[in-house]
Amino acid sequence: MALLQIAEPGQSTDPHHHRLAVGIDLGTTNSLVATVRHSNPVVIDDAEGRSLLPSIVQFHANGTTDVGYSAQKRQAVDARNTVVSVKRLMGRGMHDVEHIENMPYDFVDAPGMVQLRTVAGVRSPVEVSAEILKKLRKRAEQTLGGDLVGAVITVPAYFDDAQRQATKDAARLAGLNVLRLLSEPTAAAVAYGLDQGAQGVYAVYDLGGGTFDISILRLTKGVFEVLATGGDSALGGDDFDQRVFCWLVEHSRLLPLSAQDTRLLMVKAREAKERMSTEPEVRVNAVLSTGEVIDQTLTSREFARMTQPLVQKTLSACKNALRDANLKTNQIDGVVMVGGATRMPHVRHAVGEFFGQAPLTNIDPDKVVALGAAIQANLLAGNRAPGDDWLLLDVIPLSLGLETMGGLVEKIIERNSTIPVARAQEFTTFKDGQTAISIHVVQGERELVADCRSLARFDLRGIPPMPAGAARVRVTFQVDADGLLDVNALEIGSGVQASIVVKPSYGLSDDDVTRMLQESFGSADDDMRRRALREQQVDAQRLIEATRAALAADGDLLSSEERTTIEQLIAALSDRTRGDDHIGIKTLIEALGQATDDFAARRMDRSIRAALAGRRIDELAGVGGRAE
Amino acid sequence: MFVPPDHFELFNLTPRFELDAATLDSAYRSVQAQVHPDRFAAGSAAENRVAMQWATQANEAYRTLRSPLKRAAYLCERAGVPIDAESNTAMPAEFLMQQLQWREALDDARASRNGASLQALDDKTTSERDRLLGEIAQALDVASDPAHAASLVRQLMFIEKFSTEIASALEALRDNRASA
Repeated sequence: MALLQIAEPGQSTDPHHHRLAVGIDLGTTNSLVATVRHSNPVVIDDAEGRSLLPSIVQFHANGTTDVGYSAQKRQAVDARNTVVSVKRLMGRGMHDVEHIENMPYDFVDAPGMVQLRTVAGVRSPVEVSAEILKKLRKRAEQTLGGDLVGAVITVPAYFDDAQRQATKDAARLAGLNVLRLLSEPTAAAVAYGLDQGAQGVYAVYDLGGGTFDISILRLTKGVFEVLATGGDSALGGDDFDQRVFCWLVEHSRLLPLSAQDTRLLMVKAREAKERMSTEPEVRVNAVLSTGEVIDQTLTSREFARMTQPLVQKTLSACKNALRDANLKTNQIDGVVMVGGATRMPHVRHAVGEFFGQAPLTNIDPDKVVALGAAIQANLLAGNRAPGDDWLLLDVIPLSLGLETMGGLVEKIIERNSTIPVARAQEFTTFKDGQTAISIHVVQGERELVADCRSLARFDLRGIPPMPAGAARVRVTFQVDADGLLDVNALEIGSGVQASIVVKPSYGLSDDDVTRMLQESFGSADDDMRRRALREQQVDAQRLIEATRAALAADGDLLSSEERTTIEQLIAALSDRTRGDDHIGIKTLIEALGQATDDFAARRMDRSIRAALAGRRIDELAGVGGRAE
Repeated sequence: MFVPPDHFELFNLTPRFELDAATLDSAYRSVQAQVHPDRFAAGSAAENRVAMQWATQANEAYRTLRSPLKRAAYLCERAGVPIDAESNTAMPAEFLMQQLQWREALDDARASRNGASLQALDDKTTSERDRLLGEIAQALDVASDPAHAASLVRQLMFIEKFSTEIASALEALRDNRASA
C-alpha cells in the first residue's frame, strides 16, 4: 500500500503511539531478540528468564518443531532431524560448506542452496531459520503485548548477496516485516557509540559462532560511517570446536563415528572450549554408543596451539580491512569485542597485541548486537525521540561484477562502497547480427569468474541486429540499503530492457512466501474473517483519506487522466468498503495503492527537494544550520 | 523520473576545484541525514525507492567530489570538455619521456627488490602529483581553461595508476620480508 503521509520524515504520525519494533540477532549458535523500552534497549527473555535461544531446530514426524533448549537436549539422540548452526548453510550450495562430512544430516544437493531431508520432509536452511525467527517473534509479541511493526535482522558484515537474501526470505517467512538488514558489527557500534558517546575511529572485532567480521568505523557527531569491512563468513567459534573435536578423535584413536557419537563429541568439544575461557585445563569424559570410553585432558597451551591458525586468519582479515580503510593500527581509538567466541583469553590477547591496546568488553559480547539492532529498529519504526538523529552509513563487503570474455570479471561496484550505491557500465556485442547478450552477475574479489560467487544469470533479448560492436548495452547495478543487488540491462539505441532483482536461483519468490505463510496460518474461521474485514475497512478508510489529502496538497503533480483514474478508484473503494467482501476491498486497496505509487514517488521527490532547499535557506540565514 | 541534481548543487557548494574537505564531509552528512532510506524505513515502497535514489546520488556525488582527480574530471565535463581517457591519448612528449624513464626505474627496483629506490620513486611521484594538482587548480579556478585542465587530468590519471603500482610493489616487498 502506498502511504501518502509525508509530514515529518521518520516521525510517527501519532507521537503518543509507540510502535513495537525489535532487533533480532540471528546467530549461528544462539539467537536473541531485543527491543527499546522506556528509552532503554533490553533483551527480551523467555518465560524462564533466559535471554539466549539456542539456534537449534528439531523436526518431528507429525510436522511440529522444537526450537531452542528443548531441541538442544535432543541433539545427540536425534542428530539427523535436529539442525544446529544452520546459518552456515544459508545461501550456500553443498560444495561451499566446509566440514560438511562431519555434519550428521541427510543432505539434498538442490541447485544453489543445499537442503536437508528430515523426518518432516525436505527443508531448506531458509525454512529452518524461519522457525528460529518465529519463536523469537512470538516471544516478543507475548512480552510486548501486541503485533510487531517490524524488525531489524542482523547479518554478518561479510555476508554476500545470496546469504543476505536468504536471511531476508527467512524473516518474511516468519511473518516479520524487515525494516532493515543490518551488519552485526555496525549494530554493535551503535550500541557502544550511543551508550558511551564514543567519537573517533573504532574497530569492531566480531567472532561469532560461525562467522568472523572486522569493521572499521568512524563515529562523528551521530554519524556511524563504515570505512572498511572484511572477514570470513565461514569462520567462527564452531571451528574452534571442530579443532578440539579432531584432537579428541585423534588422541583417542577413534574409528569412523556414527552420527550420534559425532554429535556427542562435538557437544563435548564445545563444552571443553567454553570451559577453557576460565580454566587452565579441562578434562573431557564421554562414553560412546560403542561402549568406548573417552578420557582426555586439554591444556590451555595445547588449545591455543591447535587454534592459532584460526586466530591468525582473523588477524590477516584485520590487516586487510585496515589497508582498505587506509589506516594504521595506531590510528584506531578503540577496539570493540563482539560475539561469544571473543571470550577466549588467547583471542583477546592476540587482538590486544595486534592493535596495541586492550580491547573493550564492557557490553556483554553475546547481547551487544541484538541491543544495537533494537535501537536501530526503534528508530526505523518511527519512534524517533528528540535528539535521536544518528545515521548509519554502511558498505558492501565484496565487489560486484559481470563475466566478460574469457571468464574474466569486470568489477562494477568495488567492495567497501557506501550503500545505497548504483553504477553503470556499457558493453557491446561481439558478433554481427547478435540479438541477445547473456549477463552473468558475480560477487567476489578474484579476477576469474570461477573463483567468485555466481549470483544470477539472465539474458537481454530482442536487440535489433547490428554490426559487431555497434550495440550499446548499459548494465546498471543498484545496491539498496540492505546490501541487496538489483541489476538492469538496457540497449540504448533500441530501448530494449531486461532487469532482475538478483535473487539466487534458489531464492523464494513472493508467491512461495505467500503460499507458505497461508499454509502455516491454516484455514481462517469466521472470527478471523470478521477481523480481516474490519481491518480492511479501516485500512481502506485511511488510504482514502490520505489520498484525498495528497490530491489536495500536490494534485498539480498529476495529469488530468491520472487524477481521474485515482478519483474513480477512490469512489469504487469507498463504495466497496460499505459491503462485507473483504477480499474485494483488499483488491481495490491494492489497485489504488498501485495507481498512486508513482504519485507518491513524485510527492516524495518534491518533499526532499523542498527539505534540501529549506536547509540551504537556513544555512544562508545562519539559523538551524548544524554546528559542524 | 528521477532527475539527479548537480553534485555541487546537491551539497550547496560553489563549483570550483579548491574545496575544503571538512565542509564537504559535513555537507554530505547533512544531506544524507535528510534523504537516507533509514528515515523512511516505515514508509511506503514509493518513499523508500525515492529515498534510495537520492541517497545513492549523494554517495556518488561525495565519492566524486572527495577525490581531487574525479572532482577535476567532473568540473571539466561540467564545462563541456569530457576527459575521454580511452580515445584521447595525446600527451606532451616531455611527459611521456618522463613516464618511460619512471617505468623502467620501477621495473628495475622491482626486479632487484630495492626498497630505497622504490621509496625514492614514490616520493617523486607524489611531488609530481602535487604539482599537477596545483596546475589543475590554476587552470580551473583562475584561468577558467577547462581544455588545459582536461589534458592535465589525463596526465594525473597516468600518475595515479603508476603510484598504485609502486604501492603494491612496496607492499609485496614488505610481505616478502615479513614472511621471510
